Amino acid sequence: MTAMDKARDGYTVTLGRAADPGSEFAARVKVEVEGLSFWYGGKQALFDVTMPIAERRVTALIGPSGCGKSTFLRCFNRMHDLYPGNRYAGRIVLHPDGIDIVSPKTDPMIPRLRIGMVFQKPNPFPKSIYENVAAGLRIRGIRDRALLDEQVEKSLRRAALWDEVKDRLDASAYDLSGGQQQRLCIARALAPEPEILLLDEPTSALDPIATAHIEELIDELRAEYTIVIVTHNMQQAARISQFTGFFHLGRLVEFGPTQQLFTRPRETMTQDYITGRFG
Amino acid sequence: MAVEVAEEIRATGTLAPTAAFLARRRWVDRTMRGLLAVAASLSIFVTLGIVWVLVSESLVFFRHVSLVEFLTDTEWTPLFANPRFGILPLLAGTVTVSAIALLVAIPCGTVLAIYLSEFASYRAREVIKPVLELLAGVPTVVFGYFALLVVTPTLRIFLPDISGFNMLSPGLVMGVMILPYVVSLSEDAMRAVPNSLREGAYALGYTRLQTGLRVVVPAAFSGITAAYLLGMARAVGETMVVAIAAGQNPKFTFNPLEGAATITAYIVQVSLGDVPHGSIGYQSIFAAGLVLFVFTLFFNLVGFILRRRFREVY
Repeated sequence: MTAMDKARDGYTVTLGRAADPGSEFAARVKVEVEGLSFWYGGKQALFDVTMPIAERRVTALIGPSGCGKSTFLRCFNRMHDLYPGNRYAGRIVLHPDGIDIVSPKTDPMIPRLRIGMVFQKPNPFPKSIYENVAAGLRIRGIRDRALLDEQVEKSLRRAALWDEVKDRLDASAYDLSGGQQQRLCIARALAPEPEILLLDEPTSALDPIATAHIEELIDELRAEYTIVIVTHNMQQAARISQFTGFFHLGRLVEFGPTQQLFTRPRETMTQDYITGRFG
Repeated sequence: MAVEVAEEIRATGTLAPTAAFLARRRWVDRTMRGLLAVAASLSIFVTLGIVWVLVSESLVFFRHVSLVEFLTDTEWTPLFANPRFGILPLLAGTVTVSAIALLVAIPCGTVLAIYLSEFASYRAREVIKPVLELLAGVPTVVFGYFALLVVTPTLRIFLPDISGFNMLSPGLVMGVMILPYVVSLSEDAMRAVPNSLREGAYALGYTRLQTGLRVVVPAAFSGITAAYLLGMARAVGETMVVAIAAGQNPKFTFNPLEGAATITAYIVQVSLGDVPHGSIGYQSIFAAGLVLFVFTLFFNLVGFILRRRFREVY
């Protein structure tokens, strides 16, 4: 963490070298990951990862296949709890209240209700377009039709899908194209107003046009949400993120402002990866 | 084959397929397709054969008995000196017993399937599934005597008015009997739902129960409907349990505390008895069988329409 000047002010931390308060590299820290390790049964997949997630910025996680970037992302909402034998060590501290997401004492429902996630493959529910977006609100006990209508429209607009589906909200979500389904999944994740949005290679199953749509969308969402995105596409990370973490064999090799990581990496391994010498 | 191809390549000096090679592949392809078509049509011909026997023999029956009498008369006494031919008593028996069985098997089966697919640990599943399959392996005649000799006396403690032969007891036992089919098929359908859907639900904050009921069950709806239909077909077609425990006295009633004959019980009664071949009593079993056939066909059609209407792709 040598390149990171920490100016602590409560949970406020400034990232980046000599970042002035107006710069996009000056941000409050939304999540602090401290010494996180993770085991799939007996196999260790993450080794002592420490990095911050900046509030209202896009943090990209890059690295070759199997490097642990998706495993890392899935720790944030305790997705690994669904399968037996998985184990966490270390802390993921969620600010402002400072709860430790991976502590066994923390109910996994707490991060899941506060953090939204979009997966690699679009996975809409077997319901109508409307009900897909309303799903997260309904399980939070919202029944008021007007509120649901309003939130569904707002989320679909933010996911840049409203104009394409406003006349057929009752149609099945499976009638949509792959790119539209993925934007629907983004709308579904946004509807309950999560504090953080986790994106696990959200464009890897999409064509270039749909990918461009979603990248634009992520750039707009940054104004309101803290976004963590896993991507195998380095150009994508360079285009849309402000901070980047480079993973290799379960370790965080380098973390820093995206521009710096891609132009003047400190580690030779990072250099080799971003120039395509391995990976 | 590989040797021949290698020789051909050596002879022609090229990897491009020769005409003989292509012709041989075409021949194999066409022959296999023909064999598969024969195998597929076999099942259709058997079904058509059954329908033909049922319909043609029933036509003999309907030459003596009008369709109106058959469908509206409330007495079924084909073997009496003064025979009456109303199918309603038998149909009522079949419907009542099957309904009781399904009232047991569908709720219990669905809950058990959700438990096995969404909640049970690997170890619990490894214990429960073989036990259920064991239940499916018990001969139906054993279930029949279990209903008559254990369930009916037990029911009598709570319902003193219940007859020795009644429809409630075989209905309950039949529900347990078809439970493994309903559970097994429903669970298969639920487990076929991709994990990506479950993860999507959990990531939104769904609990396990909400994920099961609001995401997995709707996604597996088509398979679950198939499970219910199979259970229903088994209940409607089941013979032994009802013949033993419900009595064989056709009576037009839906009261589960009374005994009654079902269509299948009547058929087995006549086939085992000394009714002369070609008599009207003998022909009546085909008419009864045809009703059973139409009955199950109708429900299969309903299921087909339901599945098409609620089909979910993932």
